[in-house]
Amino acid sequence: MIEKTDVVIIGAGPVGLFAIFELGLLNISCHVIDNLNKPGGQCAELYPEKPIYDIPSRVSISGQELTDELLAQAKPFKPVYHLSQQVEKIEKLDSNEWLIMTSLNKSIQAKCIVIAAGAGSFVPRKLPIKNIDHLEEKNILYAVRNKSILEGKKILIVGGGDSALDWTNELSKISNVTLMHRRKEFKASPDSVSRMLDLEKNKKLNFLLGQIQGIEDLKNDKIKVIIQNNDEMEDFEVDYLLPFFGLKMELGPIANWGLNLDENLIKVDTEKFETSIPSIFAIGDINIYPGKLKLILSGFHEAALMAQECFKYCFPDKKNIFRYTTSSKELQKKLSST
Amino acid sequence: MKILVTDRDGNKQILEADTSSTLMEIIRDEGIDIEAACGGCCACATCHVYIDDKWLNRIDPIDDDEESMLDQAFDVKKNSRLSCQIHLNEELDGLELELAPE
Ligand SMILES: Cc1cc2nc3c(=O)[nH]c(=O)nc-3n(C[C@H](O)[C@H](O)[C@H](O)COP(=O)(O)OP(=O)(O)OC[C@H]3O[C@@H](n4cnc5c(N)ncnc54)[C@H](O)[C@@H]3O)c2cc1C
Ligand code: FES
Repeated sequence: MIEKTDVVIIGAGPVGLFAIFELGLLNISCHVIDNLNKPGGQCAELYPEKPIYDIPSRVSISGQELTDELLAQAKPFKPVYHLSQQVEKIEKLDSNEWLIMTSLNKSIQAKCIVIAAGAGSFVPRKLPIKNIDHLEEKNILYAVRNKSILEGKKILIVGGGDSALDWTNELSKISNVTLMHRRKEFKASPDSVSRMLDLEKNKKLNFLLGQIQGIEDLKNDKIKVIIQNNDEMEDFEVDYLLPFFGLKMELGPIANWGLNLDENLIKVDTEKFETSIPSIFAIGDINIYPGKLKLILSGFHEAALMAQECFKYCFPDKKNIFRYTTSSKELQKKLSST
Repeated sequence: MKILVTDRDGNKQILEADTSSTLMEIIRDEGIDIEAACGGCCACATCHVYIDDKWLNRIDPIDDDEESMLDQAFDVKKNSRLSCQIHLNEELDGLELELAPE
């Protein structure tokens, strides 16, 4: 089934979230798609607890607080969020509208696309070891999609953060799990850490100190992980290796959409923030123009100007009357409707 | 003041440094290939370097934030540091370091 909306926003970072509001003021409805399982982009993923000091009128606000406030501000406009999926393809339809397709096979039809993709999608950071690409999704899993294949298997989980510990605790119920980290301290919720330590004490899982040095394909559905701890080396044979070294940002499929790029950034004009393809806009960290500053407040400005131009695509026969939020009765009714 | 950087190809370079910058900024602004994806906020671990042993005790000790971020780096050693967390001072004139592999 194809869902329909006025605008699809790619990326639920701070700039994508504010774009919902700016478009909403002009009666333009949106769907928002993000690869992460939560909105907030870099602010929520990389620095939820760190303070930001240059959001106008906020002396200090944390990455998560900013995300929460932006979500609340956008809420009256009833945006539809599609999380945990990447936009993979876009296609121009005969009607001149766009079809936007995601990795979860969702298709959305829209009049305009707003790319607010930051530095790209957040994807797992991969091991910097050569010649292991063919083992990916086979013996090396950077994300667990189907837990049942791991049942009864010998698994090495590597990392010291929440993902590593959550999966260690979860999988030790059904598999033979070893957790490896470079030190016996963890940057994860205290609850998961104590659960993990309990499991270790009760011999439900093994803990190893060390780092991955190399990986060999044993060609019998197993791999050999070469582990280094200080000056000692050890071989460890497993069915599955699950490395959790955080996330990094990668431009991803956007590179293939025929947009005019400058390195990994999308070129736009500074009047409408439109890309080289009409009715596709780019705002926030993903765009580039003379004088660009990668700041949240610049992204907010870009969102406001982009919305003015989107209006023309969405309502070609209507006149856009400029109104302040302070004085518009119609707006106030809309904003207080939730 | 000067610092001596060994890049990933083993080339040594002498860089002019000043005390208003972090080590990462000096390396990055010289055009040496260091990703420093988060711009120095201790949020990415892509500015990982090895500090020459004789200098290790002279720089500010590592804090919890940096130590946890190093958990996302590969090939971490006893002399591993995140270069964005090292503020330069005159006493570090001559500092030697090596970029960690990507
Ligand atoms: C540690 C740190 C501190 C910072 N401090 C400040 C500060 O003090 N002040 C300031 O102004 N800025 C600061 N910044 C920069 C600020 O966070 C960014 O400018 C801002 O997050 C950019 O917002 P954005 O919405 O453009 O993109 P992002 O926040 O990067 O969000 C983009 C989103 O798009 C998603 N995405 C990309 N491609 C796809 C796709 N194909 N399909 C689905 N989803 C996709 C990504 O998963 C991501 O969630 C800081 C950054 C960092 C890392
Ligand atoms: S630049 Fe990101 S942690 Fe140093």
